[in-house]
Amino acid sequence: MSKTSIAGNHGEDIRSDCLIKMSLSTKGGIRLKIESRVESMYGDQINSLIKDILRFYRIRNAEILLQDSGALNFVIAARMEAAIRQLTGDTKEYLLPAAAWAKAIQYERNRIRFTRLYVPGNTPKLMLNVGIHKADGVILDLEDSVAPVKKGEALLLVRNALRAINFYQSERMVRINQLPQGLDDLDLILPQDPNVILIPKTETPVHVKQAADRIAAANKKRKIWLIPIIESALGIENSFLIASATPAIAAVAIGLEDLTADIGVSRTKSGEESHYARMRIVNACKAAGVQPLDSVFSDVADTPGLIDSAVRSKSLGFEGMGCIHPGQISAVRDCFMPGSEEVARSCRIVAAFEDAESKGLGVVSLGSKMIDLPVVKRALAAIELAEKFGLLEKNWRKEYEKN
Amino acid sequence: MKKTKEQFNAAGRSVPESVNGKPAIPFMGIGKYRPERNKYGPRIPVCSDYPSDGNKLVPSIKDALIQSGLHDGMTISTHHHFRNGDLLANTVFDIAHEMGIKDLVWFPSASFPCHAHLIPYLEDGTIHHIEGSMNGPLGRFTSRGKMKGVGVLRSHGGRYQAVQDGEVKIDIAVIGASSADPFGNANGLYGPSASGLLGFALADSQYADKVIVVTDNLVDFPCIPWQIQGNYVDFTVVVDKVGDTTQIVSGTTRITNSPDRLYLAELTGKFCDEVGIIHNGFSFQTGAGGTSLAVGEYFRKIMKQKNIRARFARGGSNAYLVSMLEEGLVEYLLDGQTFDLTGVRSMAENPKHVWTSPFTSYNYHSKGNFAGLVDVVILGATEIDVNFNANVVTHSDGYLLHGIGGWQNCLFSKTVILPVPLFRDRVPVIRDQVTTLCGPGDLIDVIITERGIAINPIRTDLIKAVKKSHLPLRTIEDLKEEAEQICGKPSPAKFKDKIVAVVKWVDGTLLDAIRQVDA
Repeated sequence: MSKTSIAGNHGEDIRSDCLIKMSLSTKGGIRLKIESRVESMYGDQINSLIKDILRFYRIRNAEILLQDSGALNFVIAARMEAAIRQLTGDTKEYLLPAAAWAKAIQYERNRIRFTRLYVPGNTPKLMLNVGIHKADGVILDLEDSVAPVKKGEALLLVRNALRAINFYQSERMVRINQLPQGLDDLDLILPQDPNVILIPKTETPVHVKQAADRIAAANKKRKIWLIPIIESALGIENSFLIASATPAIAAVAIGLEDLTADIGVSRTKSGEESHYARMRIVNACKAAGVQPLDSVFSDVADTPGLIDSAVRSKSLGFEGMGCIHPGQISAVRDCFMPGSEEVARSCRIVAAFEDAESKGLGVVSLGSKMIDLPVVKRALAAIELAEKFGLLEKNWRKEYEKN
Repeated sequence: MKKTKEQFNAAGRSVPESVNGKPAIPFMGIGKYRPERNKYGPRIPVCSDYPSDGNKLVPSIKDALIQSGLHDGMTISTHHHFRNGDLLANTVFDIAHEMGIKDLVWFPSASFPCHAHLIPYLEDGTIHHIEGSMNGPLGRFTSRGKMKGVGVLRSHGGRYQAVQDGEVKIDIAVIGASSADPFGNANGLYGPSASGLLGFALADSQYADKVIVVTDNLVDFPCIPWQIQGNYVDFTVVVDKVGDTTQIVSGTTRITNSPDRLYLAELTGKFCDEVGIIHNGFSFQTGAGGTSLAVGEYFRKIMKQKNIRARFARGGSNAYLVSMLEEGLVEYLLDGQTFDLTGVRSMAENPKHVWTSPFTSYNYHSKGNFAGLVDVVILGATEIDVNFNANVVTHSDGYLLHGIGGWQNCLFSKTVILPVPLFRDRVPVIRDQVTTLCGPGDLIDVIITERGIAINPIRTDLIKAVKKSHLPLRTIEDLKEEAEQICGKPSPAKFKDKIVAVVKWVDGTLLDAIRQVDA
């Protein structure tokens, strides 16, 4: 009996995916059976795709069953490649032409990252429209949301997704596996121009440097930013060293599920148990000049709880939160955006400062309060944000000059 | 078998010159067909033929059918007030089959998966064909060319029109009611099997030759209110259970959980807000279907924020609409069918929750109807083409799977919006041509997808209204291109020549023909 490989998923609730069962033989040619919901519309295209992949891997004799529930070509190709890898060990990559929109744009290191949406790396259905929800970043996750036996096929699927899916304005992020496995993930991911690599369970700066070295070796034209995720007591204690390990670090995130487990407490919605850890991260990040990013809020149904948590998170100094459901994005973003009072106060401060400057005054005051430079800087930052989100007209100065 | 002669209608679709042996009129354009005759009149009954004490009870449905003269070739009507919990249609045809009756025409107001029970009767010739809707398994059966006659698909309004115009002569109407008196006065409001209203049976009661009212809750005369008037009724029958109310709610009558669909709904709400549709005193209708229902929830949010009240909402009622009525966000709920038991409860106790019928809401051959008075209607579609034509009955693989419902009738609303995903499990929704034409593009104003909004170029007012907005506006061709880039260009469905069903327009003319799937 020859070995049979299985890749992908099929079943009542599975959509936009396919399952491939494949075995090799020495004669008999290609025996391909396609069972597809979209056979009358795409049967011919699926058939020629499979044949092309088999030619690419020089497979001439095989039995293949494809059970399809409306998978796009990039999904079918990833599943085929995974099935073939299992049988032959051939690591040659079969790549479909990249979609025009799948090009990475170079984003700034300090780009806003209020929301980053986690998407399981082996569930095509959840990936297809991921860009429409307008998260600042979309994380294709290879780590905790992928079952250990599915790691291999998820890596191929995520690689193909980076070439096929329109992420619109979201940063293209990938959470690799815990090192050292994650370093091998990078070999397939880096050529597809991700914007950001998230390194889970980072405990020491060595972890970050290993990833940075692997990226440097790949010799990419574009900068790829790193976000280490700190999820242990040791990581917390090393947080400044981690945050300042390399200039490629854009932000440091905290992972509270694992951290609370590591400390031996249960996670609460109010989060007292992680207060120290979170403050430590915020401080380390500010000292290192990178963004501190908060963990996720895991009760998808509890919107008031989510808002509470995001408001608290912002007040601690975090500059963004993870989202595990698209429905969380707008609530989190609203919390991290400057409020209308904050914007108005900032405008008054900047207007007063500019007015004093033009008059050559040394001391600036607004009402009874002295305004010094850090206050102005903070106000300018809030104004910049407000303008970016359309909360403030570009010509706001006119209004404040009148007053 | 001789091939039916065909002709092209005004929409460019090839339709048969006759259907089930009766001549048919091709679609001539919207509002172009003008019948120059009187409405159909039923036989004049005489009071002295009926029991003077008003007691029309007979022991069983079978007795009622026999006394109604059930024989080969008759047209039998039933209704879908219990939706997937309908028990009557299956019972009636069980009896007909047992009696060896053949070639019946089933004229339901809608069919549901529970009616797959009837497939053996379609196979053995008890039922010749269906005029109404062919959902799920019945649609698949029809598409495979297995039905003896040609199926006829009509809208809810079109059904009323067909009956009053005499296109369909109902021999026996079997009306299930949750409350009735021996005289035949009946409603769906009270009793253990309350299902809401009986609007879909109204035409049948008025025009059918014989009318049977079946109930599991017989009350003494008078049964109030009489949604169906006993003066039209020949026989009343009491059964143990008239319908399964737990099956009224189905998948399409719950709000979607899908984040992608919720995004669509949110975008639809924003669009309506931006163009000024949501204003004090406005009216709206959201169809069944998870996305449409979610749009209603976004309307609620916007209305609350801006302190806006709607004069009325139309459509199938459900817990969501009822709560808007009870919160005072909507003044009147003009209800065509109840989609859940909250709707049933509200209709029974709230005078502002009003039962309507296809006559008041949708009938095209009457002196106006309510559908045109609605400011905005949110509907679904299986396919839409680059000319804004839409399909609701077949899938892109050619299979007939849904009925028209009130969809065609609602197209006469002031603004028609179809929020649809750009593609579903690889199948593009926006394409060069629809597989089956159900709604002419001239009546469809806005297509909202997760990847952009296309406004029909004839709606220059809407285009102007959103010009300065941040809404993601695209052309429909652009959306079609993107769908094909993502999914690949699908091969068109493969059909044989044989026509298995026809799609009627609201005026009774033939809009399109559905052919046997070549599989």
